[in-house]
Amino acid sequence: MPRTGTHAVKLKQTGPWIEHSGPDADVVVSSRARLARNLSGLPFVNQASDAEKREVLQLVQTLPLAGDRSEELLWIDLQQSTPEDRRLLFERHLVSRQFLESDSPRAVAIADDEQLSVMVNEEDHLRMQVLLPGLNLEEAWRRVVDFDRRLEKNADIAAHPRWGYLTACPTNVGTAIRFSVMLHLPGLRLTNELERLRRASNDLDLAVRGFYGEGSDSSGDFYQVSNQLTLGVSETDLLATFVGEIVPRIVTYERMARDILIERSSTLLEDRVYRALGTLRSARLLAIEESMKHLSRVRLGITLGLLTDIPLGTVQRLFLEVQPAHLRRVQPDSIDDTALEPVTEDRLLDDERTRRRRADMVRSALSE
Amino acid sequence: MNTKCDHCEKPAEVHEIDAIKGVHVHLCREHAVEAGFQVPQSAPVTDLLTHFATLQAPSQSPKRVEKPTACGNCGATFARFRKTGLLGCPDCYEAFSKQLDGVIARSQNGASNHTGRVPDRSSALIDLQALRRSLIEELDRAVASEQYERAASLRDRLHTLASESAE
Repeated sequence: MPRTGTHAVKLKQTGPWIEHSGPDADVVVSSRARLARNLSGLPFVNQASDAEKREVLQLVQTLPLAGDRSEELLWIDLQQSTPEDRRLLFERHLVSRQFLESDSPRAVAIADDEQLSVMVNEEDHLRMQVLLPGLNLEEAWRRVVDFDRRLEKNADIAAHPRWGYLTACPTNVGTAIRFSVMLHLPGLRLTNELERLRRASNDLDLAVRGFYGEGSDSSGDFYQVSNQLTLGVSETDLLATFVGEIVPRIVTYERMARDILIERSSTLLEDRVYRALGTLRSARLLAIEESMKHLSRVRLGITLGLLTDIPLGTVQRLFLEVQPAHLRRVQPDSIDDTALEPVTEDRLLDDERTRRRRADMVRSALSE
Repeated sequence: MNTKCDHCEKPAEVHEIDAIKGVHVHLCREHAVEAGFQVPQSAPVTDLLTHFATLQAPSQSPKRVEKPTACGNCGATFARFRKTGLLGCPDCYEAFSKQLDGVIARSQNGASNHTGRVPDRSSALIDLQALRRSLIEELDRAVASEQYERAASLRDRLHTLASESAE
């Protein structure tokens, strides 16, 4: 039985996964396995009435889903949470943009360690994901499928003999699984090789997206690569292709690009890295895009061994903490926020006070 | 043809078998349009030719009468799917299986059969879910009518159900 809570404030300061650097962390930031499931006998979310959506919420909330990993679930009802909390969940990759912006009955259940989370009433009744640091798709798969087994022991899941698991969008049927890796690819971008990666990905039926998934840009040189095919390939075969071929190839490609940069234009590369660090250590106003760009170059500098006094985990954490909702939470404004007014998306995003606070926070985190 | 429309006295122009309900349907032009059928146009030949020339895909030919385009379970139409890309319920997959064959194959590199895990669809599980749903509905009614003792006992039953199935 999940604990209930209306506020995302109960979440820890930062998602634990982001501070650890997993295998191949120089290129692979995180790995994710996500499953889409729908309950039989109920319309899909897009066709359901609010009463039916609430029924889905209640059904899921009363299922015994906690596993033996002491993964007690924190249940957050999004209709009862503040815009700021919802934005926090989004920045932490626990909910999608579509989920953040909807106003119908929906909730997210989050395991204690934040690695496992379940969106209830997004496009499908359940979208469950396991998000781990570094290249760790096997473990993400093991854990999400464990959870799925517990779900299937207790709920009747919509499926079709020929088309497998049924989803609201027919292009997700079959395994209804999405494996994805978040990659840091500054080398490929600086050597203008990204277009070739995109074309190759397209040929391999992979989708390449930005930092916040569908429709987002490649802020900070982060790219999310995921499978598009879900029918006719088993979960384990797909996993094997991802882990054995696709990701290693892209990782090698990015490392080659970085080697070329060092060989052919080391001064230019060093200049970019140190300039970025200089800006982050001295700026008094930092816009979100600017901070992402410079943090990306600092991250590159660390993984190339140019910068040795800054831990990768610090930069990794900053990518999250410069985001508006995190920034507001990590550094509550003591000057003139006596009455914390409801934050609108626009004001929250990048007004001058936010940029000043961001610069202060980054400066102190990277101070010598 | 002398058959009358199912809904009025006019002669029926559309004759179909509703595959979901398993009944014959006879409809006049107006009622057929209302029910979502594409009705053949009786236009002069020259108009038809001009029309054909501007058509992009042969499947849009007005001569073809399509099958009923609403799901018998949730009422979602295939036109709605075309617009939103989303189906209304699991039953839509059967209702629109012909059209979806192509849609799915195109998005899945030609694949048309699932390989991989399948869920447990035992009848015990289906019964359990039905029981849970009716308990939740009763619980809602009990709370709405301020029958708190009854609500508490229903909540207990839900919890017991949950702990039993977890074992």
